[in-house]
Amino acid sequence: GPLGERPLMEVRLGELHTWISTCSFSAQGLLGAVQKAWSSYCAKYIHVRQGGPAGISMLLAGYCLLSYGWNYQHLSKASLASPV
Amino acid sequence: VLHTTRPLHTTQQSLAPVPPLPEKGGEVRHGLIPEEFFQFLYPKTGVTGPYMLGTGLLLYLLSKEIYVINHETVAAACILTIIIYGIKKFGADVAAFADKLNEEKMATALAMKNESIQTLQRAIEEEKKEQWRLEGRSYLFEAKRNNIAMLLEANYRERLLTVYNEVKKRLDYQVAMQTLKRQKEQDYMIQWVEKNVVQSITPQQQKESIAKCILDLKALSKSAHAAV
Repeated sequence: GPLGERPLMEVRLGELHTWISTCSFSAQGLLGAVQKAWSSYCAKYIHVRQGGPAGISMLLAGYCLLSYGWNYQHLSKASLASPV
Repeated sequence: VLHTTRPLHTTQQSLAPVPPLPEKGGEVRHGLIPEEFFQFLYPKTGVTGPYMLGTGLLLYLLSKEIYVINHETVAAACILTIIIYGIKKFGADVAAFADKLNEEKMATALAMKNESIQTLQRAIEEEKKEQWRLEGRSYLFEAKRNNIAMLLEANYRERLLTVYNEVKKRLDYQVAMQTLKRQKEQDYMIQWVEKNVVQSITPQQQKESIAKCILDLKALSKSAHAAV
């Protein structure tokens, strides 16, 4: 289909900046994009008959990475301070 | 939970049932990385590509101290070990339990559906039976008509009998009247004749008749004596 309506996974690297220019960066547009991403994730990994640990563990791993990123400053200072 | 990813009521067949859930979720390797990532790197780097990428990334983070190793690392390692051991050991049982719960719910719903279908089937049969019964109404009315005709006939005959009895009573009365009248006339006439006869017998005639009777008796006695 046309470039504006294709999901991110199907956009080639060369067309990436054109694709970014087409999507709306308003609050509604961003909220809609977040909503779409979340619902597609849920439909793929959580709302299935026989899900495994994959669905929640990916969310937890993402949370771990995010919290590590947010606390990186504090952690690096702490590791430099204590010699142990 | 409403599956908002599925388009509800957007097509013409808005009354069709919601499509069922997919059987298995997206493939995930090692519980963390989706299979699409490996497929994405396969054409360029083959099978070991993602693993090399992972190792290189890990060494880079460690060497540049982007990931610092402190007490939390040890804690994380222990927790992860326990979690993975728990999942590997009890995962199947928990899954079976959850499946059993689901099955029970489905069975209840199915039983309700079947029961309502049974009830409706029975109602259909009853209705058909009622319709068949309706066809017999001509017989019912025939019987009723016969009953009424019988009643009318019986009534008519009763009244006929009454009429006959009344007429007979009146005629009997007339006959009795006539018989009585004739009887009375007869009696009266006999009485009158006797009275006149008795009156007509004068004392003279009475004496003569008595004397004659005595003579006759004497003659008879004589003949009787002679016979003996």
